[in-house]
Amino acid sequence: MNAIFALATVVIKELYRRKDFYVLFILTVLMTVVMASANIFNDDKIVGYLKEICLLLVWISALVISVATASRQIPAERENRTIFPLLAKPVSRGQVIMGKFLGCWLASGVALLVFYLFLGVVNGSREHQLQVIGYLQALWMQWMFLAIVIAMVLLGSIIFAAPSSNATICLVVVLGILLLGRYLNLVAIHQAEPMRTITSVIYFSIPHLEWFDLRERVINDNPVVAWNKIALASLYAAAYTGVFLFGTWICFRRQSLSK
Amino acid sequence: MNQIVEIEQLCVEYRSRAIGQGTKLAVDRLDLSVHTGEVFGFLGPNGAGKTTTMNVLLGFVNATSGSAKLFGVDVREPIARQRIGYLPELTYYYKFLTAEELLRFYARIFGMKPAETERRIDELLKLVELEPARKRPIKSYSKGMQQRVGLAQALINNPDLLILDEPTSGLDPIGRMKVREIIQRLKNEGKTVFFSSHELGEVETVCDRVAILHQGKLKVAGRVSDLMEEYHANLEQIFLRIIGYQPVQP
Repeated sequence: MNAIFALATVVIKELYRRKDFYVLFILTVLMTVVMASANIFNDDKIVGYLKEICLLLVWISALVISVATASRQIPAERENRTIFPLLAKPVSRGQVIMGKFLGCWLASGVALLVFYLFLGVVNGSREHQLQVIGYLQALWMQWMFLAIVIAMVLLGSIIFAAPSSNATICLVVVLGILLLGRYLNLVAIHQAEPMRTITSVIYFSIPHLEWFDLRERVINDNPVVAWNKIALASLYAAAYTGVFLFGTWICFRRQSLSK
Repeated sequence: MNQIVEIEQLCVEYRSRAIGQGTKLAVDRLDLSVHTGEVFGFLGPNGAGKTTTMNVLLGFVNATSGSAKLFGVDVREPIARQRIGYLPELTYYYKFLTAEELLRFYARIFGMKPAETERRIDELLKLVELEPARKRPIKSYSKGMQQRVGLAQALINNPDLLILDEPTSGLDPIGRMKVREIIQRLKNEGKTVFFSSHELGEVETVCDRVAILHQGKLKVAGRVSDLMEEYHANLEQIFLRIIGYQPVQP
């Protein structure tokens, strides 16, 4: 475990010493503050719109930070040749993958926490009330969503040659699942064979990332989700994360280290 | 004398990326042993199989056949690497870390205790003369300083065996001299050093024994002084003769 935590610490240090997080956070703050200062048509639903936009920015920023951080981890180790002194220590390739995953996931968790604190401040200052449990559930579910995404991106970083192509492909896949994933079974019904079977297989095999999106509930101040459902969704996320990490290990364990 | 590195009938075959090219034999039935406390020079022209052999010893590449052991343990076992230090050729360490953070990271991998880690970091930064720059990010280091921080990371666990892959490659004469001094000091401390280099003058100065590899095959191995006596030549001339170098006639 020493090696895994040591690797994770380096990833976290990398995140807070780079500019990515600060740029996205400042951008989110600026856009939210500018919109908060506007009072269009004296609409009393303006706080709802504000929360919706702020949450959307949080989702985009957290996704970009996670994908960008995870996609460069293993390629950078190879390109800078740090993978050689690292694997010359008593560290297995599986531990490298686990350390990188843990680092990216914890770092994205810290970033999420900062974003949600800001969201809480915005909401609290406008509505003078805060549904803390609902916020925590939304934060937890988004963190679980990021675990699947990070594991997927790490797998991509072993398969695709360049970090930029991996990041682009993963972002397209994640956005595709978020926007279309829930409708694939409906699409399948209207298809002729063999497309019906293919679409159904895709529907049942992709990770349904849209289940982790609790933005609507936060915006509308809906009652909190039952904890057993949160636990089941967390298990679902852990299973998919495990599958992607196992795939990463399978591909990485015999791969040549030099590019 | 104890054998620290034992290589027997080692063969490494690479599958060529070009279609129809088949396989390439990078190392061909190599037998080699390195004993405790000696500085061993591993020589050969580019593509001779030196780095491939080192990669097998470090567990990066699997042997096609034959065996390789470190301290009597098969190199495929991660535990075989507990007592070694490795300095690769031209590595760009995590540029956002400082030298002491980098060393702390590697020390943690070895499971070293915090007090021991701090003591070792102080010792090593003094040894590689990076004390004044210890809190500066590695991205601000010169090439020579990067190579010296690399040497410090290779020594963090106080290894019994040091594997150095062209440690002076790309360094200026002062940088080369400093690395050579450090190797000499390690030798005096009784460490075993296994290193590859193209600097034959340097090898002649610091090595007890050498092996010359050419096209994956071991051509000669022995004590530097014995080889010089046998061939009546310096190491560079011996090297050129063994690899069959023919000077162009004017």
